[in-house]
Amino acid sequence: MVLFAFFVSLVFAVLLRDDPRQQIRTGGFMFAGFVAAAYVLGWLMYPFPL
Amino acid sequence: MATKSTTAERAGAEPGRLALVCGLSWLIPGAGHLLQGRRQKGIVFLIALPLMFATGLWLEGRLFPLELSDPLVFLGAIANRGVGIPYFVARMMDAGLGTVTASSYEYGNTFLMTAGLLNFLVILDAFDIAKGRK
Repeated sequence: MVLFAFFVSLVFAVLLRDDPRQQIRTGGFMFAGFVAAAYVLGWLMYPFPL
Repeated sequence: MATKSTTAERAGAEPGRLALVCGLSWLIPGAGHLLQGRRQKGIVFLIALPLMFATGLWLEGRLFPLELSDPLVFLGAIANRGVGIPYFVARMMDAGLGTVTASSYEYGNTFLMTAGLLNFLVILDAFDIAKGRK
């Protein structure tokens, strides 16, 4: 999941921004968002059975 | 670093050049950007997308056939082929047969399809650069 988030964030950041510092900043925010969303969704689904 | 083209400069972007940029960008992820002087972007895409595709193969994902009878498989097949030459190399090496019983099978499928879909976005970006929109 983390690896997937890394690749997707990297590609989107490079597509959306031209300046390397902005790319790193945007990519970082996107990566953090992906991982945080995955954790939140995981805990939200925790009460439900398989 | 290449500067952005003005609309006036690129207004006459020939269809042949656009087709070349898009075709090369499909075959080799990032090639369209490299062709137009966007070196940093091109190199990132050239490394990241094939690496993502290779990760999908390593995770035992499957390269889907173009099966019109099953729409979802067909769409997955289109996504797989989006990455270009890495797909054909994998097929030649008989990789991507997929191990359904592997715990990482679905993750592998996701990596394989997403690599192709991201390359479609890269192709669109290269097209926009060639048209002078960026």
